[in-house]
Amino acid sequence: MSSAKLELAPAVPLSPATGGSRPPAWLGPALRWLLRLGSLVACVLVWEFAAASRLNLGLVTFANVPPPSEVGPAIWKLVSSPKFSNHVGASLTRVFSGFFAAALAGVLLGLLVGRSRRLEDVVMPPLEALRPIPAVSWIPLAILMFPSSELSMIFITFIGALFPVLLNTVHGVHAVDGRLVAAARSLGAGRIAVLREVVLPGAAPSIVTGLTIGMGTSWFCLVTAEMIAGQYGIGYYTWESYTLQNYADIVVGMVFIGLFGMASSAALRRLGALATPWYRLREKQS
Amino acid sequence: MNTTATPQGNIEIRHLDIHFGRGAARFQAVSDVDIQVPGGQFVCLLGPSGCGKSTVLGALAGHLAPSRGELRLDGEAISGPHPERGLVFQHHTLFPWKRVIDNVAFGLKMKGLARAEREGRARELLHLMGLEGFERHYPAQLSGGMQQRVEIARSLINRPRVLLMDEPFGALDAQTRLLMQELLLDVWTRVRTTVLFVTHDIDEALFLADRILVMSARPGRIIEDLAVDFARPRDALLTTTEDFNRLKRHCMDLLHHDRGERVLERLSPIGEANAKSLSFAV
Repeated sequence: MSSAKLELAPAVPLSPATGGSRPPAWLGPALRWLLRLGSLVACVLVWEFAAASRLNLGLVTFANVPPPSEVGPAIWKLVSSPKFSNHVGASLTRVFSGFFAAALAGVLLGLLVGRSRRLEDVVMPPLEALRPIPAVSWIPLAILMFPSSELSMIFITFIGALFPVLLNTVHGVHAVDGRLVAAARSLGAGRIAVLREVVLPGAAPSIVTGLTIGMGTSWFCLVTAEMIAGQYGIGYYTWESYTLQNYADIVVGMVFIGLFGMASSAALRRLGALATPWYRLREKQS
Repeated sequence: MNTTATPQGNIEIRHLDIHFGRGAARFQAVSDVDIQVPGGQFVCLLGPSGCGKSTVLGALAGHLAPSRGELRLDGEAISGPHPERGLVFQHHTLFPWKRVIDNVAFGLKMKGLARAEREGRARELLHLMGLEGFERHYPAQLSGGMQQRVEIARSLINRPRVLLMDEPFGALDAQTRLLMQELLLDVWTRVRTTVLFVTHDIDEALFLADRILVMSARPGRIIEDLAVDFARPRDALLTTTEDFNRLKRHCMDLLHHDRGERVLERLSPIGEANAKSLSFAV
C-alpha cells in the first residue's frame, strides 16, 4: 500500500466563452452536480417519451412500458396503502433473517477456518464444492427441503450471503500480520485473546467488505425467491403486478427493490466504518 | 514480588542451532551459539543482515523452536512466549485498531487487571516515554519514533526480566534514532532489566551496550565477545571520542571479513513472516 494515490485534479469548468476572467471556484462543483442532475432528468424524459409514444424499435418495444408519469402516482398509491407495510415487512424480515444467519455463520466459520489449517481441510472442501452453484438454483430444492416457503426463501438469502462473508473473513484472517499475533502472545495473550484482540479486529475491514457484498446478493436472491415461492414481499409484488397486468406497479416494485438494496448496503458500510475508525487513518498514512 | 537478593534476568543459551525451511530449502540460520548474560546487563547482538541475530532473539522470545541446544531464563527452560520476556520489533507492530493507551495497557488486560488500574499504569509509562497527551491517538497518527516509544512502553508494562529488541530503531531517520537511543538508555537506568538488542549498526551497538556480541554471516556464530566500558550516562559526544573510534574500527574489521558475500535477506524473529506459520488448532 505504499503506492501513492493519484489525485484527480479538481474539476475546473472548461469555459470557452469567458475570455479573460476565470469563473469562481465554487462554480466547478456546482456545474458538475448540475450536469449529473441534468443527465438523470434527461433519462426520465427519454423514458417518458418512449413509453408515451409506444416506441417500437423492432428488437425492443416500449409499447407495454409504463411511463414515469404513471409510475409516480403508482408509487404514491402503494406507499399510502396498507399493503405496502405487509410487502416491505415480509421482504425485510426474510432478507435480514437470512443475512444475519449468514453473517454469523460466515464470520465464525471464517475465523476458525482462517486460524486452523486442520479445520480448513475439513470444512472448506464441501463448501468449495457448493460454491459454484448459484444460490438461486437452490430454489426448487429449498422448497422441497423446508416445511414452509418462508423458511425456504430465508435459506436462499442465507446461501446467497454466506459465501461472500465466509471467503472475505478467511481472506482477512490470513492477511493478519503474523508479527501482530507474535507481539500479542509475547504480551501474554492466549489463544482466545489472540482471536478476540488481534485476529478479529485485523480481519474486520475484510469482513465488512464481505458483509456489504453479501447484503447485495441477499437482496438479489430474495427477490428471485419471492417471485417463485412468495406470498407478500417486494419481489412477489413485482411479479404479481406482471401477472395482473398492472404494468406501472412492476416498475414500482423495481424502484423499491433498488431503494432498499441501496439503503441496506449504505447502512452496512456506515456501520462498518464506525466499527473500524482506525482503518481510514492507516490508509491515509501509508 | 521476588524477595531473593539474586538479580533477575539471567540469560543462558547453550549450543543453540536453528534451522529453517524444509527439504532442499532447509538451511541453518544459527550455529552453536553460546551466550550467558547476567541480569541487568545491556547486550547488543551485532552482525551483518541475515546472520541469524534476530533468530536468536526469536528463540529467546519463544517464537522459534531450536533444532538443538537449550535456552534458559533464570534457570527456567524457555518453552514459548511469555510476558516476562518482552519483544520489541522494528516497526508497525502496534495494534492499529487500539488507541495508544490501550496498546500500552494490553499486557495488563491480558493479566486481567481492571481498566482503571491498567490505564493508570499505562499513563505512568507514557509519561516516562514523553508521550503524555497522545493517549487517545491511534498508532497511525504518530510519527515512527513515537510509535517505537509506544512499543517499548507496551513491553515494559509487564515488567519483563528481559527486553528483547529487534532493530527497534532500524526504520527511523538518523536524527530520531539518536534521540531514541538516548531515551532508551535513560529509561533503562530507571527500569533496570536485562536488554538484548539486535542491530547491524556498529555506532548504535557501541553507544548503547555494556557488551557487544559480534556474529558472523549465516549460519550465525558468535565470533567476538566485546566489553564496552564507556562511562554512563552517555551522550552523543561519546561517538566522537578516540576510544569509541578505536572500538568501532575493531568491529568494522570483524564484520568486513564477510564483505563481498551476497547480502542475505533479513530473517524474522518469528520465522516465516506470515500468519499461517503461526496458526494453531482452535
